[in-house]
Amino acid sequence: MLQLTVGVLIGSVAGYLGSFMILKRMALVGDALSHVALPGIAVAILWQFNPFAGAFIALFLAILGIWFLERKTELPSETLVGIFFTLSLAIGLLLIPDHELLEALLGDITQIGALDVYLSIIATAVVFIVMTKIMRKLTLGIISKELAQSMGIAVNKINFLFLIMIAIVVALGLKVAGTLLMGSLVIIPAAAAKNVSINLSRYTILSVIFGIVSAGVGIIIADYFQLHPGPIVVLTAGVIFIATLLFKQK
Amino acid sequence: MKDDTILKVTNLGVRFDGSGVLNNLDFSVSRGDVLAIVGPNGAGKSVLFRALLGLIPYYGNIEWAKNLKISYVPQKFSIDRELPLSTEEFLKFKEKGNNKIINVLKSVGIGAEHKNDSEHYMRHVKQHVLDQRLGWLSGGQLQRVLIAWALLDNPDVLLFDEPTAGIDVGGEETIYNLLKKLHYERNFTMMVISHDLNIIYKYADNVLCINKDMVCYGIPAKVLDPSSLAKLYGGEAGFYKHESHG
Repeated sequence: MLQLTVGVLIGSVAGYLGSFMILKRMALVGDALSHVALPGIAVAILWQFNPFAGAFIALFLAILGIWFLERKTELPSETLVGIFFTLSLAIGLLLIPDHELLEALLGDITQIGALDVYLSIIATAVVFIVMTKIMRKLTLGIISKELAQSMGIAVNKINFLFLIMIAIVVALGLKVAGTLLMGSLVIIPAAAAKNVSINLSRYTILSVIFGIVSAGVGIIIADYFQLHPGPIVVLTAGVIFIATLLFKQK
Repeated sequence: MKDDTILKVTNLGVRFDGSGVLNNLDFSVSRGDVLAIVGPNGAGKSVLFRALLGLIPYYGNIEWAKNLKISYVPQKFSIDRELPLSTEEFLKFKEKGNNKIINVLKSVGIGAEHKNDSEHYMRHVKQHVLDQRLGWLSGGQLQRVLIAWALLDNPDVLLFDEPTAGIDVGGEETIYNLLKKLHYERNFTMMVISHDLNIIYKYADNVLCINKDMVCYGIPAKVLDPSSLAKLYGGEAGFYKHESHG
């Protein structure tokens, strides 16, 4: 029951955030970023503190680094994310003890304590509140950066806040899907919702619903057949995506 | 600044990476005037707008009158067809009131064919414009919606960067006629970047020609002479003229 609660919370917030990541064409950025968490988890295991904190710190540092280098070097962020991603993966694989590797890569929601539940509730609430506050400015910035700036919107500040939200959600989702598959939890429900939505409110609501259904149904099926939950959750999302293709709006 | 001067620009310049993109511009705009800005590609027209809006660093002086509301519609405003955002949601990012939105859509000529039947009009506009994805509107419709967006908060000054980019030739004239009508009704000040000299002769009080430097400034019929056109466009304009007379 605990894992279902946490799974559904994470599914909902990953779906919501993912809907804006897709609009910003950051789908693969999210995927790559999730790998950056690996060295953070490794350090957390070695020094025995909460892996969520370790993952979040690693993601936060990577985002700061990308943010900084993007301004200094004018390299596109996808290049920088690509570099950070592979370097972190290499460091993470070296640091992490062998018997913990599979859990870090695939996630393991069966090992959940009370702390994880509280953490998930607080983090989910924070992300939903912040995103509702910035969604208007974020969307205007996506439509046209200049238009948004001319209205006095601090586009760079909003984008940075958005990156922090990504760090929180990715760190949170590692428990469910691990570093290898977390990216799909933000991408697939939102991509499915986009197929069948004309407007933004329906799109974001459907993203949340698809995220909840993927996580919920996936965890129940995995439990029933004694399978690893992470891959089943992702596959459930994949089935929803394929179903929405049949009703695609064009 | 004189009483009816809304904008005064002196010795304005912009540099990117050490090279001058705009140099030594001097001009002013009076309240209610239409100023057209012309110049070849890469002449710095859009850069000028961004400097006027304070979005990029510049040197020299830009002096706006106090308490102005300025609306800006950037160039090449293409909306991804796949973007799940309805026209209504887009307009409501700026103004929540339904009546205001409907009124401004009416004044930019959306659904003009149903104007006299208000119930039918609402249904038509809701179905064909407000509830549609913004990216599904035709070029002309999108341009009208963008003009509506710009007008929603009753601006004192409108900045348009190529309002007819991506619209067919017939549509261009219609959009300019619409802007002229709105300008007459609402009496805002307008600055328009355009490449169409005919339009400028017809609609602008003043024209500013730039090609990184200021080439001419004043009443179109006076300052847009062959020599300044040659300076602005090089040989191209001469050839064009020759052909049209030949």
